Amino acid sequence: MLNRQGRPTTPGDATHNDHPTFTGNKALSQIEPLIFETGRLETTGVDYEAPQSFKSRLAELERKSEIGLPGVSEPEAMRHYVRLSQKNYGIDTGLFPLGSCTMKHNPRLNEKIARMPGFSDVHPLQPVSTVQGALEVMHTLSHWLMELTGMDAVALSPKAGAHGELCGMMAIKAAIAAKGESATRNVVLVPDSAHGTNPATAALIHFIVKPVPVREDGTVDPAVVASLAGPDTAAIMLTNPNTCGLFEKDVVAIADAIHAAGGYFYADGANFNAIVGKARPGDLGVDAMHINLHKTFSTPHGGGGPGAGPVVLSELLAPFAPVPFVRHTDEGFELVESEEEASNHGAHAFGRMTAFHGQMGMYVRALSYMLSHGSDGLRQASEDAVLNANYVRACLADLMSLPFGNRPCMHEVLFDDTWLKDTGVTTLDFAKAMIDEGYHPMTVYFPLVVHGAMLIEPTESESRASLDLFIATLRDLAMSVKRGETERFTGAPYHAPVRRMDETRAARSPILKYTPPQAALEAAE
Amino acid sequence: MRYLPLTSDDRAGMLAKIGVDHIDALFADIPSNKLLKHLPKLPLHKGEIEVERLMGRMSARTISASSVPFFVGAGAYKHHIPATVDHLIQRSEFLTSYTPYQPEIAQGTLQYLFEFQTQVAALTGMDVANASMYDGSTGCGEAVLMAHRITKRSKAILSGGLHPHYADVVQTLSEMAQAECVTLAPDVLAGEDILSQIDNTVSCVVVQTPDFFGNLRDLRAIADKCHANGALLIAVFTEVMSLGLITPPGEMGADIVVGEGQSIGNALNFGGPYVGLFATKSQYVRQMPGRLCGETVDADGTRGFVLTLSTREQHIRRDKATSNICTNSGLCTLAFTIHMSLLGQTGLKRIAEINHANAVMLAGQLSAIKGVSVLNKSFFNEFAVRLPGNAAHLVEQLASKHVMAGVPVSRLLPGAGLDDVLLVANTEVNSDEDRQAFVEALKEVL
Repeated sequence: MLNRQGRPTTPGDATHNDHPTFTGNKALSQIEPLIFETGRLETTGVDYEAPQSFKSRLAELERKSEIGLPGVSEPEAMRHYVRLSQKNYGIDTGLFPLGSCTMKHNPRLNEKIARMPGFSDVHPLQPVSTVQGALEVMHTLSHWLMELTGMDAVALSPKAGAHGELCGMMAIKAAIAAKGESATRNVVLVPDSAHGTNPATAALIHFIVKPVPVREDGTVDPAVVASLAGPDTAAIMLTNPNTCGLFEKDVVAIADAIHAAGGYFYADGANFNAIVGKARPGDLGVDAMHINLHKTFSTPHGGGGPGAGPVVLSELLAPFAPVPFVRHTDEGFELVESEEEASNHGAHAFGRMTAFHGQMGMYVRALSYMLSHGSDGLRQASEDAVLNANYVRACLADLMSLPFGNRPCMHEVLFDDTWLKDTGVTTLDFAKAMIDEGYHPMTVYFPLVVHGAMLIEPTESESRASLDLFIATLRDLAMSVKRGETERFTGAPYHAPVRRMDETRAARSPILKYTPPQAALEAAE
Repeated sequence: MRYLPLTSDDRAGMLAKIGVDHIDALFADIPSNKLLKHLPKLPLHKGEIEVERLMGRMSARTISASSVPFFVGAGAYKHHIPATVDHLIQRSEFLTSYTPYQPEIAQGTLQYLFEFQTQVAALTGMDVANASMYDGSTGCGEAVLMAHRITKRSKAILSGGLHPHYADVVQTLSEMAQAECVTLAPDVLAGEDILSQIDNTVSCVVVQTPDFFGNLRDLRAIADKCHANGALLIAVFTEVMSLGLITPPGEMGADIVVGEGQSIGNALNFGGPYVGLFATKSQYVRQMPGRLCGETVDADGTRGFVLTLSTREQHIRRDKATSNICTNSGLCTLAFTIHMSLLGQTGLKRIAEINHANAVMLAGQLSAIKGVSVLNKSFFNEFAVRLPGNAAHLVEQLASKHVMAGVPVSRLLPGAGLDDVLLVANTEVNSDEDRQAFVEALKEVL
């Protein structure tokens, strides 16, 4: 079709792939070399005057070798990293249904507040009298976390979810030691559906991991827990809602079984977004639970971190919380930084998880998120998250297979690959075809308890229109599978900045850093 | 609520499609006596203006580093960050992306991780670096556990010059992992005899340079003794900018190098988030914790990057993993990488020289004050001074005169008999006027 000036307004019938460009670029999709391939060793993008002459105090330890890192000017740096950013998919790009990861909207107000000088431009070891506002943030955040979970204490310092798990399990280990049971009580029960971090955490501090099989409905059977629990049981690590997207309906009985055996109940709080304001872990018998501030409370994932994993603790475990912690007294906020000081307040801190006081930048964002939502908004967010997941389930149940039947789920819905059997399309192929349609794939092949898992978590951030288009897309893809259009899947993605990556090659002969051509040549010789 | 797009009509229509008449039908698996009947006892939602006002008040109750002459260090440093850095890390596609598990739509993240690994390897003088740890201290703990896996021994020796928080983190982890950890006495003058501690039962020796007190340490003899006894040398730094000017640990025989990367690209943030740097020799790469990004090609043969060697990691190996780490410091690594790319080796060397020159100047000015002595023979941008009085009290007095003088050693090492020792850091942000203000204020309170 042509417009009145004779300019074509519709593309011809040729597909874009048939038109190679000179540069290899495809309009906005630019090929971008490594910074080391464009930079120059003598170039720098910062201006600093050389210092006046002075007597060096470096002993004999001055660096003699060349570092070998080129620099670039500011415009080059800007363009390089902007172009890289354009090869990334983020929540702001589109729906990001990555199950177990809670990819919700990241309000920019929180970014703005995190950059207030009283939070971002403060040193952790300034005199405590000069950081009262920062300590107030920590104290207020702790209050919100304890109210929302119904727990007695919180250890803020863990740096991410897995670090929070480690902190919680260390508190449990310390409590067991305090009872003189270290030698005998060393088994941790971990359901097969658990995140990989759970068994890894338990093993890291020399607990023996005993798997708990998941029953046919995708949940843990309290009778099985009771049969496995005994005088050697240190704890159970249970994710609730679990990774199949289901609330562990027998959670109270499970807690009772563990407690009856003298063990502790560690809850993985990765899926807390489903139940904020609806139920409190403290009411369910939980002794320790980490909260991923970067999931439930929307501190940005940032391409894989930083996170924050505060741990809420029951009355039994509270005394063992690590240093540091904040105390509120008549004179203001205090920071308890050493185990000796902690013991002056009747605590038996098990030690220290990290230098300084934890992820302040994340605390500020999470608190800002909480204040914005309020108790009503937080509950509404959880309800909407659950509603959205169930809506997706209801609209796809006739085409894709649900391993545990078409029953309500929590904030994420789990499909398996039964419906793909004998189609020549795998879960991975299906995920890659979603990329071509402009979506980030769901979590695939996790949890391990179902075959070819596809775990969809739309979060509360999606409008109904957005969900309807997502559902229509998945339905179209599913119909396409059923029609035998396998090429749409097995070769996907076709439209991403790169085609499917050869991961085997990367692992077989790892190239983990850039080597300049000349050096690479010499190394080969 | 501005963050929630669903309308009540949407909700009603969706419930109907699902086939239930009330939202609580979807929460039916929660035992009914545990389902909350009332809202939590917390305030209701607020608009942007109110949240900003509330948080702004808290911010104002804290004194920020830029508002005063500032000499506080001890593991976290106030440096200038080019404006480009903060702009770029707020690009939506970086800020709101996830761990790059789908490499075809995460080449942005993967490429900067590859650049980051290259930069860290070059700075430390090591073969390979991972895609970051939470921070220097947790990286240090992981390095010790890694050494135990490699040597199949379980005894670590920690230098008395190691940052006390790092030592505490290693100590805690070691106790919990049933490993032995010997921490030497605080070593202000870098005079400890670490060599006599090394025998064939030792898994690793952990030495920091510049150390907690600012001293530069030659690691070569320690590395030799370690290797003669089948032990590993773990070198630690808390001020990465020093690597622009001093011999990197990799050239002094270190087997694992860990440190804090905050100084490049990252704000003080009251202690976090920061970025842990972790590097080692090629032969140990499969024992490394954390993510690794590697180069490969796509189906068309185009170069690209993926996460690799993940069979070390928890999501594959579960209880047999090298570490439980999952989330790392993605966005902080990006800030590091951008700042480092702007600096290049030329800029890094220059800024490191300025840091050193400023510190040398301040050391001279302080030691000219009666009763004040600088204890270090060598240092980079931080040193220890002995004051004629209690350092913590003096720091408080100076703070009331709007000078942040440094970190009293007693804050991190209470009861070590070092109550009169102050750590003073001086970076490129300090001007002659700042130093003058410090000197004058100190004279007044002494």
